[in-house]
Amino acid sequence: MEPPQTSSAVTLRVNGVRHRLRDLDHRTTVLDALREHLGLTGAKKGCDHAQCGACTVLVDGRRANSCLLLAVAYDGAEVTTVEGLADGDALHPLQEAFLVRDGFQCGYCTPGQLCSAVGMIAEAGGGAPSVVTPPGTAAAGAPVPLSPEEIRERMSGNLCRCGAYGNIVAAVEDVTR
Amino acid sequence: MRAFAYTRAGGVDEAIAALAASPGGMFLGGGTNLVDLMKLGVASPGLLVDIGRLPLTEVRETPDGGLRIGANVRNSDLAAHPAVRARYPALSQAVLAGASGQIRNTATTGGNLLQRTRCLYFQDVAKPCNKREPGSGCPAREGVHRDLAVLGHSAACVATHPSDMAVALAALDAVVHLRGPGGERTVPLCDFHRLPGDEPQRDTVIEPAELVVAVGLPAPPAGRSAYRKARDRASYAFALASVAAALDLRAGVVEEVRLAFGGLAHKPWRARVAEEALRGAPATEESYRRAAEAELAAAEPLRDNAFKVPLARNLAARVLGDLAAEAGKAEGATAP
Repeated sequence: MEPPQTSSAVTLRVNGVRHRLRDLDHRTTVLDALREHLGLTGAKKGCDHAQCGACTVLVDGRRANSCLLLAVAYDGAEVTTVEGLADGDALHPLQEAFLVRDGFQCGYCTPGQLCSAVGMIAEAGGGAPSVVTPPGTAAAGAPVPLSPEEIRERMSGNLCRCGAYGNIVAAVEDVTR
Repeated sequence: MRAFAYTRAGGVDEAIAALAASPGGMFLGGGTNLVDLMKLGVASPGLLVDIGRLPLTEVRETPDGGLRIGANVRNSDLAAHPAVRARYPALSQAVLAGASGQIRNTATTGGNLLQRTRCLYFQDVAKPCNKREPGSGCPAREGVHRDLAVLGHSAACVATHPSDMAVALAALDAVVHLRGPGGERTVPLCDFHRLPGDEPQRDTVIEPAELVVAVGLPAPPAGRSAYRKARDRASYAFALASVAAALDLRAGVVEEVRLAFGGLAHKPWRARVAEEALRGAPATEESYRRAAEAELAAAEPLRDNAFKVPLARNLAARVLGDLAAEAGKAEGATAP
């Protein structure tokens, strides 16, 4: 009997560029594919167990922990990493806001914070509630205003061991006001 | 992590057949728990049958006034669904109380039900654990068990089920639609998860190669519903105790009530003793506390988790009290 095949060809479209990984071990996560195979080291391997959020990227437009996604299961997916947020030399407004507000110290969690915030702002804009959204306040589908309380709750999947949380909230507020 | 084969199923029956033919395999949904367990060495399937792209993604109204939620509906989509928010607020709130925004975008309805306990010993392959390795022992009973069960545990296992969503589903009389090699069956959610007994390796009654295809909700209970969770930090933590409740009052008396506890047992704990005590009782703080106490009389706390018993009682009394106050406000608002 032939041994089972434990690798496959996987195609990922990352920051608008198509990449074909011809023989990718099935154990490879999207995070490892980005970092080890495509040279995109913006997304960080903090805990590798979805507890810290440093690996957050956008997959088909939604934020996800790339450390928990098996690349083979995301064949054909559209991935946006922190490297893809800026428009050429023009930083994304959130990146500018993080600079202005000092939304980091060591910067290790920042790529995840940025991608998470981009996804989170889109979620709230699309009317998705959070656990602190008062029930029955907004009609389903209406944008949820991002108060500091909403931002803190919605960003709770991104840890910052430097404790820059206050400035991260301020930076997110700057771009959503 | 052990190397594994991978196949993406083109249909439900194809997925079931693939797994039935491969006893060492597992279904892969969102993978937010399974991939983690594979990294830890707790799960080591030889084959993953990816069901993540099967079109089980609909939330559909049913003729009985309920909903049918496809197994692949993502947690974030379930919580934001207009019908769920409007008619089953306890479910929306429970889903949103769990995990993080990133994880809820990936995790599925079916996978949420099938997630494993976060007991430290279960997740550490260097330690004995009867759930992971039957017969190896349970260090949690005398070890680190502050987060673990106070109700329904056994000598073999004191683990808790970590889901918030399932607690709301238990209170709402949900059912689980399963499909397997032998066809389809429907199991009430309250009977889907098991107490550990002497087979803690079995979290649920699911059979090999059986797939959760949908969760069914009957029409919402009369009155209002809510979910509340107590935990060690304000967000992104598992429940120490949680409560899903629905309450309907008539002239200051409890007409109908639903109550379920999370974080206390190996399964979502439907509090039928408390419900029975409350039907017909005056809608007072005293009634709520007494009813919760009646339910929790069965508790057998471990050395370090006795705090969960008053915590759960107080949480239940608070949620029921708040639901009653909301009902009173709404009545006042509609009075001439």
